[in-house]
Amino acid sequence: MTAVEEPAQRRGGRRGRGGRGEVSLVPEMAPTSYYGQPVIKHPIWTPEIGIYFFTGGLAGGSAMLAAAARAQGNDVLARRALLTSLASLAVSPPLLIKDLGRPERFYNMLRVFKVTSPMSVGSWVLTGIGGAVGVASACEVLGILPRVKRVAEVGGALLGPPLATYTAVLLADTAVPAWHEARYELPFVFAGSALASAGAAACVLTPPQCARMARALTVGGAALELAGVEAMQRRVPTEVGEPYRSGTPGKFGRAARALTGTGALTVALAGRRRRPAVLGGLAVLAGAMCERWAVFTAGRASAAEPRYTVEPQRRRVEQRQRQSADSRTPPPQPAAVKAATDTKS
Amino acid sequence: MSNSLNGMPTIVSHDVDVRAHDENGRPRHMGFFTDTSICIGCKACEVACKEWNDVPDDGLNFLGKSYDNTGSLGASTWRHVAFIEQTKPLPMAGAQDAGAMRWLMSSDVCKHCAHAACLDVCPTGALTRTEFGTVFVQPDVCNGCGYCVPACPFGVIDRREGDGRAWKCTMCYDRQRIDMEPACAQACPTKSIQYGEIGELRRRADERVQTLHDRGVAQAHLYGRDPEDGVGGFGAFFLLLDEPEVYGLPPDPVVTTRDLGEMWSVAAAAALAMVAGVAAAFLRSR
Repeated sequence: MTAVEEPAQRRGGRRGRGGRGEVSLVPEMAPTSYYGQPVIKHPIWTPEIGIYFFTGGLAGGSAMLAAAARAQGNDVLARRALLTSLASLAVSPPLLIKDLGRPERFYNMLRVFKVTSPMSVGSWVLTGIGGAVGVASACEVLGILPRVKRVAEVGGALLGPPLATYTAVLLADTAVPAWHEARYELPFVFAGSALASAGAAACVLTPPQCARMARALTVGGAALELAGVEAMQRRVPTEVGEPYRSGTPGKFGRAARALTGTGALTVALAGRRRRPAVLGGLAVLAGAMCERWAVFTAGRASAAEPRYTVEPQRRRVEQRQRQSADSRTPPPQPAAVKAATDTKS
Repeated sequence: MSNSLNGMPTIVSHDVDVRAHDENGRPRHMGFFTDTSICIGCKACEVACKEWNDVPDDGLNFLGKSYDNTGSLGASTWRHVAFIEQTKPLPMAGAQDAGAMRWLMSSDVCKHCAHAACLDVCPTGALTRTEFGTVFVQPDVCNGCGYCVPACPFGVIDRREGDGRAWKCTMCYDRQRIDMEPACAQACPTKSIQYGEIGELRRRADERVQTLHDRGVAQAHLYGRDPEDGVGGFGAFFLLLDEPEVYGLPPDPVVTTRDLGEMWSVAAAAALAMVAGVAAAFLRSR
């Protein structure tokens, strides 16, 4: 057993030259991965998915706003919110289907229902809310069946929150460190962003005297979104959260916060003036899209860099080894690993 | 171990019983034990896998990474032999030259996790658990949604360009069903890839580690043998001579769906926050 004292050199050969001074033509191994290659696979989802996160949120929030406005007797706002929801729902399935490797098999999404698959849950939610909002919109436009419209609208409003938040679980439920480690905040970011974009779209489309609820929703949603992002920045470990701060996702994240913040402020101060409400609303919508894009691209950056995957796991292993060494009853296998990793001897 | 079933000759090689069914015809939990300490990097497993499973080529590339021109596991690479060159002395007694180089070779494969994230997140049910305890993609069901790809903590499964569906090692499901061993294991000339009932493989692996430790190879350890680990143990586990990340493997993989209950709860709280937000806006604008 003593014949294997390791030189003070860890994981992977770091010396470029062998003992006889020859130059190695093989690239040096990064200490934490195989030739610097990613450990996990790159998320292969196309940009359509990032856009869908926005349209899904807008559709869910707008379905809720429509029902709330109707309950208040504000038919002008209800109609616009309902049709906004319909329009966002109409573009969502094509975006999702386009991403599939076998688009002609899209209907297999409804082959089973699995709570372990956020995508399965989401497919059913999207189907349900699509039907509800579709029926409600048809009744609204044709001016028929008011009771059916009411029921369908309420159904759509109930499915709005699941539609807007399941996408956050979809991302968190992966091996991508930046997504999985943000699992406590992402649903709130997406929820706030969905409310803000629903309010903002209504601000853009509705005469100001009928858009008071939309303005309040824009401001409240933006506050929730920004609070969620802030909480995420604070809690997610610095290293794993790095992709959210640097590079393309960092830029989109900063743009999202600037647009959402100034947009919401503009809407709040707009009162009954149309132009600031429209400009503020557009800024909030752009901010919501940027936020989704920041999260979407942060996952790609996170997957591409092996140390984001390896280092937190390595620390867990080392912590367990310390604990088992402390308890002085080391199980055989960690002891072997310990011997291999112990470089101080 | 009996080499016959009711007097009939059976296919036994590598002196492990490779039949995927027991005496009563019931399926057994089958797996791979890849002992990297005796891998010679011949890539016979890669070739045999491609031939048997009709896996298309994935580019004839020169990667400049030692003898590895395959790169990593993927949609069209179900066995991947890694080559690691290290300036470390050989782990045997008497091999103490500090400037010496050692060469690690390891045939990687789908881990067939007991708690498989790919299977959990698959929205179509294309990914299933077979009667042999392995994870299998049904090509006639998969619609190429790509969710399994970032869900896998090992980066094994991928979507095939031009085909659009997700593919990975099937542990030669078709061969298992007729009690044959998988092509890679049969082709392996050094018994580095052993195939058999998972409990039996674990016993053999434990013995092998003990033997290596007795011979002074203290680094030898099993990766993925423990049913209590983050993925419930691998159906395909390994004996490694260095830390997992050196081979491109995650040191402490955890199935992402372990936290799914918690994630759904957070989403429910966020959904309630939305309801509260709309209610607040409603009250404010009355």
